[in-house]
Amino acid sequence: MSDLFFDESIILLDLEGNTKEEVLTKMGNNLVEKDLVKSSFINAIIAREGEFATGLPTAGVSVAIPHTDVEHVNRKTISVAVLKDPVDFGIMGDDEATTPVKLVFMLAMDKAHDQLALLQRLMQIFQDEDTLNYLANEKSGTAIKNLLASKLEFSLEGGE
Amino acid sequence: MKKVLVACGAGIATSTVVNGAIEEMAKENNLKVNLVQIKITEVGSHVDTADLLVTTAMTKKEYPFPVINARAFLTGIGIEDTKKQILEELKK
Repeated sequence: MSDLFFDESIILLDLEGNTKEEVLTKMGNNLVEKDLVKSSFINAIIAREGEFATGLPTAGVSVAIPHTDVEHVNRKTISVAVLKDPVDFGIMGDDEATTPVKLVFMLAMDKAHDQLALLQRLMQIFQDEDTLNYLANEKSGTAIKNLLASKLEFSLEGGE
Repeated sequence: MKKVLVACGAGIATSTVVNGAIEEMAKENNLKVNLVQIKITEVGSHVDTADLLVTTAMTKKEYPFPVINARAFLTGIGIEDTKKQILEELKK
């Protein structure tokens, strides 16, 4: 199992996009360029988002957690985008409803049924309105990186 | 023992979280549960043996067992209601 990759280069601020596909493509391209995921990741994550939406109408600021199958991932990582303007994502488990998403947490997982503790800590962030508002408005990538690293409890030295 | 299917679209992220939450609930209530974590597309092969489906994904199909939406485990909104619903099914 590889270590989780996490640094400022995968935190995208003021990301512009008119559609969720555009947002996913920009975030995915960044991960492909860093060789963290295979080029097939982008189409796979767009297709999955269309089939099983991942938007969550969380308190204060809506989030989305796009993800796809492990075979498209080289090294596990969580890429974060703060969108310049909210973009509509389908609501998870709902047929038609959408939610205006401001924060996207793109999960690139390299193993199924793994990372329970990490994912639980991520969901704790989603349930914390103050933290979501902070993330949505913060203009410093370093500050976001440090906050998430501490909230998600992973060390930036590459260990777990 | 109840067989509970925990399903999401990919069987990777959200079902892992929901699975962990139900495991904890069962422990707290001294209930033995057979939790099976799957992709939503795999529900069909468990249709004859499962007692409950807890899922974050959309289901249009009708199943012979109750289906509970698990989004609350991710957003925290309405989580007590969802837990109560699941607990009631587990105790049946």
